[in-house]
Amino acid sequence: MRNIMLIASKELRSYLTSPMAYIVVCIFLLLSGLFFVLYLTNTSFNDTSLKGFIDPLSVFGVQTGGNVLILLFAVVLTMRTLAEEKKLGTWELLLTSPVRDSDVVLGKFLGSMGILITMLVLTLFYPLLLVIFGDPDMGPIWTSYLGLFLLGSTALSVGIFASSLTSNQIVAAVVSGAILFGLWVIGIIASSAPQALQQVLSYISLSYHSAGFEVGIIDTRDIVYYLSITALFLYFSTRSIEASRWG
Amino acid sequence: MIRVQNLTKYYGKRLAVDNISFNVGKGEIVGLLGPNAAGKTTTMRILTGFLMPTRGDAFIADHNMATDSLEGRRHIGYMPESIPLYTDMKVRDYLEFFGRIRGLDAKQTRARIDEVVQICHLEEYIDVIVGKLSRGFRQRVGIAQAIIHNPDVLILDEPTIGIDPIQVAQTRNLIKELGKEHTVLISTHILPEVSIICERVIIIHRGKIVAEDNIENLSAVLRGARRIRVEVKGPADKIAIALRRVPGVRRVMREGDFFVVESPAEIDPRAIINETMVKSGWTLLSAESVEMSLEEIFLQLTTKDDEEPEQ
Repeated sequence: MRNIMLIASKELRSYLTSPMAYIVVCIFLLLSGLFFVLYLTNTSFNDTSLKGFIDPLSVFGVQTGGNVLILLFAVVLTMRTLAEEKKLGTWELLLTSPVRDSDVVLGKFLGSMGILITMLVLTLFYPLLLVIFGDPDMGPIWTSYLGLFLLGSTALSVGIFASSLTSNQIVAAVVSGAILFGLWVIGIIASSAPQALQQVLSYISLSYHSAGFEVGIIDTRDIVYYLSITALFLYFSTRSIEASRWG
Repeated sequence: MIRVQNLTKYYGKRLAVDNISFNVGKGEIVGLLGPNAAGKTTTMRILTGFLMPTRGDAFIADHNMATDSLEGRRHIGYMPESIPLYTDMKVRDYLEFFGRIRGLDAKQTRARIDEVVQICHLEEYIDVIVGKLSRGFRQRVGIAQAIIHNPDVLILDEPTIGIDPIQVAQTRNLIKELGKEHTVLISTHILPEVSIICERVIIIHRGKIVAEDNIENLSAVLRGARRIRVEVKGPADKIAIALRRVPGVRRVMREGDFFVVESPAEIDPRAIINETMVKSGWTLLSAESVEMSLEEIFLQLTTKDDEEPEQ
């Protein structure tokens, strides 16, 4: 645990000393702010409850836009985690220090999670505005946050796995982007798949499980799904480090 | 402290380390000498637990680095050849991270940072961003990182490569100093370097150990001594005495079933050895010169050190 926290805090510090995290968080806030404003100005203000306001963090006018945004930023945030260590060679020092491979992975994961949480906390400004100037239904807002957090951490674990495969950050970004995109669209494809497959495909898709949170439903199946995918990719990352020792 | 047994490493189909065995005792400074791609770095990477061997075992302080690597890793300080650094960190933060991650608590780390900064002459650079340091200073930070947790074993991969001659001299002195308290294994492809720093040399070529000896013996070879390996059937003790009496013979050493006879390069004592053995009624099974092959190996193995500052 001690080692995990050491690596996580080092990771967080290196996020904060490089411009990348600031840029990512700024763009995220800019876009989410933009969607927030667009949503408010498009909706007649009669509906003061503003159910599930996070929905309008929409990129393509799709309901699930906020989720797509989170996925994109997870890709950018995690692409350097392990790839950069490999490029700098510090990988070799880290892997020859008395820390478990899983400590390295979990440390990196928690470090990037720190940025994710910061990012989400900063957007609390928007519901705060709603609370000040209106009377929103807070339930769906909180569940949306929970959904974004779970989806975000899943995406981070996929990103770390991709980063463990290569020393090239761009390759890492493309790989994690592809995995996440695949897991996302599989839910959309599902509707046109044969009957027997439909349920299976939608069940393994990221998008299928995010819908409930947006309308205020906390379904343990969704939570279990996200947590298990996260655990799975963290496990893959650990194995990938282990495999690198067999060079 | 370091024990390597029948170590073999393949990268895919390429053989990098071929069944090597050696030991490094506590407090020894041993050099791994060999040309590029000889297998030095691979050997070190296996010793540090960074890579798994294909076959054989590597032990650090009696911990098998394949199965008990975590424990073994507590005993090592390692500086890879590329001197990996977090370029966006300050020297202090960098050392602190590696101190903590190797098991020191915050207070111990602070105390050790002060010590290693002094040892490595980094006092003025402690708050400089690592990425802004020149190669010579990076290399000092690399060594500081390796000794921060006061490990029993130091493994330094090509510690003097790519730095200027004055820094090379300083680094060599530093390593000698460190060797008083730590077991040190360094790798190098510069022959004079090992004779300056090390007590013992392991010469490795194409993944195999081709020679292993202390500096004096190897220097004798380099000075042009001739060595003949003799196999004789008969009473070993008497044979050794008889061999020593052969004119021109300087030393006789036992090497398993063989005797190694050393003489000046210009004398070839084989004929006389043969006569002596026959006279005493012993059977001379073989007498081959090992001096030439070693010479050749050295020529093949080593590059001249043309940036030698001490001379």
